This record gives sequence, C-alpha cells and structure tokens, in this order.
Amino acid sequence: MSNDKVLVASNIVKELGRGAGMVRALKGVDLDLVPGELTLLMGPSGSGKTTLLSILGCIMTPTSGMLSVAGTPTADLGPEELAHLRRDHMGFIFQSYNLFPTLTALENVRIALDVRGATGFKAASRSEEVLRQVGLGHRLMNYPSNLSGGEQQRVAVARAIASSPAIVLADEPTAALDSENGHAVMALLAKIAHEQNRSVLAVTHDPRTLAYADRVIRIEDGLIVGEDRRPEGLDAPEVTDLTKRRKAHA
Amino acid sequence: MILTLAFRNLFHDRVRLAVTLIGILFSIVLVAVQLGLYLGASRMITANIDETRSDLWITAFGAKSFEDGGVLLSSRERHQALSTPGVESVTPILVSFSEWRKPSGGSTRVVVVGADAEDGALAPWGLVAGDWEAIKAPNGIAVDETYLGDLDVSGMGSTAQIGQGRVKISALTKGIRSFTQSPYVFMPLSRARQILGYGSDAATFHLVKLREGADPAMVRQALLSRLESAEVLTKKEFRDRSLTQWLFRTGAGVALIGGALLGILVGTVIVAQTLYSSTKDHLNEFATLRALGSSSSYIHKVILAQAGLSAIIGYGLGMTIALLVVLASRSTPLPIIMTPTLAAGLFSVTLFMCAISAISAIVKVTKIDPATVFSR
Repeated sequence: MSNDKVLVASNIVKELGRGAGMVRALKGVDLDLVPGELTLLMGPSGSGKTTLLSILGCIMTPTSGMLSVAGTPTADLGPEELAHLRRDHMGFIFQSYNLFPTLTALENVRIALDVRGATGFKAASRSEEVLRQVGLGHRLMNYPSNLSGGEQQRVAVARAIASSPAIVLADEPTAALDSENGHAVMALLAKIAHEQNRSVLAVTHDPRTLAYADRVIRIEDGLIVGEDRRPEGLDAPEVTDLTKRRKAHA
Repeated sequence: MILTLAFRNLFHDRVRLAVTLIGILFSIVLVAVQLGLYLGASRMITANIDETRSDLWITAFGAKSFEDGGVLLSSRERHQALSTPGVESVTPILVSFSEWRKPSGGSTRVVVVGADAEDGALAPWGLVAGDWEAIKAPNGIAVDETYLGDLDVSGMGSTAQIGQGRVKISALTKGIRSFTQSPYVFMPLSRARQILGYGSDAATFHLVKLREGADPAMVRQALLSRLESAEVLTKKEFRDRSLTQWLFRTGAGVALIGGALLGILVGTVIVAQTLYSSTKDHLNEFATLRALGSSSSYIHKVILAQAGLSAIIGYGLGMTIALLVVLASRSTPLPIIMTPTLAAGLFSVTLFMCAISAISAIVKVTKIDPATVFSR
C-alpha cells in the first residue's frame, strides 16, 4: 500500500436547490484516497453519500471546497476537462450497472476503452482479459439481458477497471444483488484494490460489505462522523469468486 | 465502437427505424421526382436550341423562347447579318404554334419547326423511322412517336392537316418531347412557310455560325449595330431565356423546386423527430458514457453516425424507388431525368437533411447531467 494520495478533498460543501428550497447536502467534508485500499463510505439514506461520490468522481462540482485528483485541482476545470480527468484516472461502478443493453459484455467493456481512444485488437483483447479476470470469460458475447444481476455487475466492474484507473468509485455495488453475488462483487473490489494497487471507494449501506473494507468512513447529515481502519494483520475474507462458491456449495 | 453503438441504437427499435427510413425514403422519392421533372422539363425546353449548330441567334426583339419567337424576321436581317465580318453562315428557321387537324375530327396544337437540314442549322434527331430525304418528299413531316396518340394517327404514312396544308408522317423520332405538350412537327423550311401562310423569306430566327477564329463578342456587337429591330443572343443566353420563360414565368419550375424543398422539409422533420426520440430513449446510456469520461464530441459522433446510417439506408431505399419511377416515366410525355450529378446531389441532400435532423438530438444530449447515473 502506498501513501501517495490519489484524491484529496477538503472542506467540500454542496448546496442543492435554491432559495427557500435550498438544501446543504455536504457541510464541509474532508477525505482522501490512497492506492491499495478499499474504502467504504457508509451512512443512512439522505446523508450525502451519493452527492459526495458524484463530487469525488468529478461528475458534480462542489459549491465550495477543494478537490484534487492525481495532483490536479478541479476547481477551475470545465465539463470537458472534468470528463478528461474521469477518463484518465477513474472507473465507475453503478448501482443499476448502467450497461448498454444493445452491446454484448465484451462490447460494454470495449466502449469504456473506446472513449479513452483505445481501439482495435488491443482494446478487444484487453476487454476480454478483464472479463476473464472477473470470471466472465464464458459470457463475452452475451447481452446484458442474458446475464444475471451478479454477472451484469461483474461486467460493470470489468468496465471500470479496463483502463487501469487509479481510482474506482462504486455506488451501492451490492444493492441490487443477492447475498452470494454481493459477496462475490465485494471480494472482486477488494482484490482490485489490493492486487492491482488501486484506490477503491464504495458507497454502501450494506453491512455485508464491512468485512472487505480496509477503511470505513461514516457520513451523516453531510458531515463525516467517523472513520475506522482494519487493524493491521487482520486479513479481509478470502478473495473468491462466484464460480468457486458455487462449486463449494455443490 | 461509435458505429457499432449507433447501428445497435438504430436497430434496437425496429418500428422507429422503419418510420425514420420511410421518412427519408418519402423525402428522397419526392425530391428525386421533382428535381427529375425539373431536369426533364429543362432538357425539353432547350433540346432544340442545344441541337442547333449555331454560335449566335438573331431573334425578333423580345422573343420569349424557342416556341414563342414573336414577330417574324425577313431576308433583310439575314443579308445584313451575312455581310457582317466574322459571319460564316446565317440560316433561317421558322417556329410557330399551329393547329393539327386530326383525321377523325377535332384538332390539337402543335409546334411547327421549319428548317433545312442541308443548311446544318437544325434537323430532327433521334430518328427511328424514315430519314430527311423522306421528310423532304411532298407533304412529308417528322413527329415524335410519343405523341402519335395525341395526334390521332397510327404512325408512318398517316396523314393529317396543319393550317392550310396536308401532311404525311414520313419519319418518326424518339425522345423529342415538348414542355408545352404541343408536339414538335419537323418539316422543310419552305413547306412550313407555305403551310403557315407566311412569306417566302419569313423566319422566326436566324442562326449565325461564325468563321473560325472570329470573336463572338465583336461579331455580336457588329450585328447589333446593323440590326435595329432584332436581338442578337448567344446560344446560352437564348437557352436561359427559354428556361426562364417556361419554368419561371409560368411558375412550373417554382412549383417543382417548391415540391423538392417541401420533400426535404418533411424528411428533415420526420428524421429529426425519430432521432430525437431515439436519443431520448438512450439518454441514460449517453449519461453513462459521459460519466465514464467520454467527451461531448464522442457522443455527438454517435448521434451523427446514427443520422448518417439512417441517411445511407434511406437513400438506398429511396433511390431504388426513385429509379423505378424514372424508368416508368421514360415513355411518358413528361419524362423524369436522373443523372449521376443529381443522384450524387440527392445523396448530399440526404446527408445534410439527416445532419440537420441530428441537431435537436445533439442539443438534448448536450444538456445531459452525468450525475443522473447515480439516481437510477
């Protein structure tokens, strides 16, 4: 694990709406991410988790505060420059997978490389490689409608890591999954953080995910109210995948 | 991947695709027919002028078109022209509307073209039966086979009456159509003068052929200074004047061009509507792309590729139908013309139409907030 911060947020404030209907979703959040860690951002509904994730992902801009991604301050960047920053340094995993229904699993991963300018055979073989990494080597040509929820989320994970981003941001990655698939996806995210030295931040309120975290940040009412770290020497649950689990059940 | 995504988005909803393609197809066929008719009409209007071997046309002042030459010229103008330096030959032709009396009764209007082929000025072309010698025979004339029914005759050897004289069809042409729908009747100049009751030196136009090396502008100026009551026009000027007369003064050309513009407008609206609704349906995917870090231009390219694919498929289908219509119109009095230039122009129009149609979809997608990916 390296201590070089890939993302630094300080005193982030976000106000949503205007006038009498204005809500202060974030009230001065400080947070940083380092490589090789799976960080969980936990909190009740309406606590500001997703808003914070959107800001950390350069998708939303803060009302005030400072955000720096890979050493680049984002304050003066326009939408295209922020998109460029996302392209270069971030991968996203969404609660509803957000896969393209008209593209196969392989193409869903390839398009994430395509937007980064990677095309041709290299992009195709890289897409296949990451899909094999997440245990979907046998589902390359399947459309999302022919994949289970767990498989779709693993395609989304493959898409997020295909370009080897320094930061992977996940929004409720297990919310739409059953227990077995939820564990498999969390194990995968932990593996990505530890073995590929990425910084993974997952927003969740799923207690099943706690066992995989290196660090847990708790947020309430737009403020970070606590942070826990896994004690040194205590390993995360064994990294496994769904195929192995199913074999074990059989 | 841009093309793949565009193709899949397009074919994802087959009904919408069908509506888009029908819109483009309708537009292409309408524009092709209207512009093809315009081209066909233009060719009909200028065919006789184009067929002449002349450098300058001497016409009565204010002559409107080939068919409507106005006041007759005489041998005086011809001789004045012949004595002008740089002039090699001056050939008179007589063109006039007249009544064709049908063998079974009734009459129809025709355009009598009196010219002597030997002079090299104008002779009926596209002969499919008979020849100039047969036309020169007593009462001989040439008409186009398209108009046999209108003239109430069966073909070669049929007789009828024009003005004061009896005529016999001794030659048939193919493809000499008349924009005015009054068939051209070709005959020697002297017979035309006789049948129409004009003097032995009457002419509607004098076709001037210049000597080799003569400067057309200088000869024209010299002719103008000698011919006080006549106009001297270049071949191109007379073509343009005839086109203006029939296509624009009558409003026919405006109607045809208006129809073509309407086709483009209808096509644009239909394609814009379907492309917009397709984009709206795929908005979440575009938002995901944006969240993944794609540039705006990447998304715009996807939409433009959708528009381009629609254009190519729609053009292919539309042109197939348009060509069938063109084929079907070949033997009608008003044939539709399709040229490689028009086909290429139509393709450009289709691409332009689809690109314009994509604007509303692009505007919609530009307003995407990528943050919506977290609220699904």
